[in-house]
Amino acid sequence: MSTATIEAVCPECDAAVRFDRSPLNGQVARCADCGAELEVTSLSPLTLELAPEVEEDWGE
Amino acid sequence: MTVRASIVGGSGYTGGELLRLLLGHPGVEVAQVTSRALATQPVHRSHPNLRGHTELAFVNPQEMAPCDVLFLCMPHGKAAGDIGRWMELAPLVIDLSADFRLNDGERYQRWYGETHPNPGALAEAVYGLPEVSRQRLPGSRLVSGVGCNATAMTLALLPLARAGLIRRAICDVKVGSSEAGAEPSAGSHHPVRARTARTYSASGHRHLGEVAQSLGDLDVDATVTAIDMVRGVLCTTHVEPTRPVEMKELWKLYRGAYADEPFVRLVADRSGPNRFPDPRVLVGSNHADVGFAVDERSGRIIALCAIDNLVKGAAGSAVQSMNVALGRNETEGLWFPGLHPA
Repeated sequence: MSTATIEAVCPECDAAVRFDRSPLNGQVARCADCGAELEVTSLSPLTLELAPEVEEDWGE
Repeated sequence: MTVRASIVGGSGYTGGELLRLLLGHPGVEVAQVTSRALATQPVHRSHPNLRGHTELAFVNPQEMAPCDVLFLCMPHGKAAGDIGRWMELAPLVIDLSADFRLNDGERYQRWYGETHPNPGALAEAVYGLPEVSRQRLPGSRLVSGVGCNATAMTLALLPLARAGLIRRAICDVKVGSSEAGAEPSAGSHHPVRARTARTYSASGHRHLGEVAQSLGDLDVDATVTAIDMVRGVLCTTHVEPTRPVEMKELWKLYRGAYADEPFVRLVADRSGPNRFPDPRVLVGSNHADVGFAVDERSGRIIALCAIDNLVKGAAGSAVQSMNVALGRNETEGLWFPGLHPA
């Protein structure tokens, strides 16, 4: 039995982000190219948005 | 087919790194390595990391025999005068010095402040950075080396230059001590060099001549600073673009420019401690890590490149150029990813 890969587009760098199984609303994924943490915000059409990132801060 | 390669001037850092790479290359047999001062002594006297990896001893340059590929690792100005003699010894000569990097005598005069002793040979030499001149390498007879700082600046900016996006660029280049070579100088003395952050070239570094030749005569300048690092170059370039761009477009440009380049890796992560290129993880590697970002407030593009100055910035690019020139697998002998932690 073959499993079809589901693809979405990274909103940061336009790379393909692949899911091995059907994603869920609110699921978090990571773009393999730019490392962005992404959140599934819609299933139809499948849409990803950038999740908030914590900046490196040395307390300067 | 095994390639018989020899090195003229093999006792310095670049010669040692070249020897290390060639000894590990599956298609190369190192025939001879010269050093006037160290003739008859084992090569591990200068390159202790190679002890047990070769029985070679340095020979006098006068004893050099014909071979398939001859690498020249002599000080600046030494190769140019004798290039005819060296080219009689091998069908492919790769000169790692600065003597043949610029392709015309006027450009050489402008950046090196002296007349080239053999300007006729400049037009024949192919610049030895395959990412820039791959198409001209196969079948070439004379290949130049690359400047380490020039390599970092060029690879950081190449996709932007090709897209016509550079109005003005300032390269902030941080370099390790091995760039200065094996001969000591006032600036390399340990009490002076250790724990330093010493700017030694505020503008007009001579490697900009190579950058201009590779990218076109754009408005690019550089400030070069010696930092507390043995190997490595980090070039952080601030680019005033000709029009506004977004990260998505930069990803497209850099992917497009480097998708088929085996040694260029894109490093522009949105999170984590390794978001941008860091020369520390490239020690011993022929990879060039290239990154980019945009300042949304000003539109400024930040383009970065990290390399090991002795590998991608010298010996590694020379071996890569040899592979391309001879029609071999480009990555042969060079597929080492670097060390972490290093």
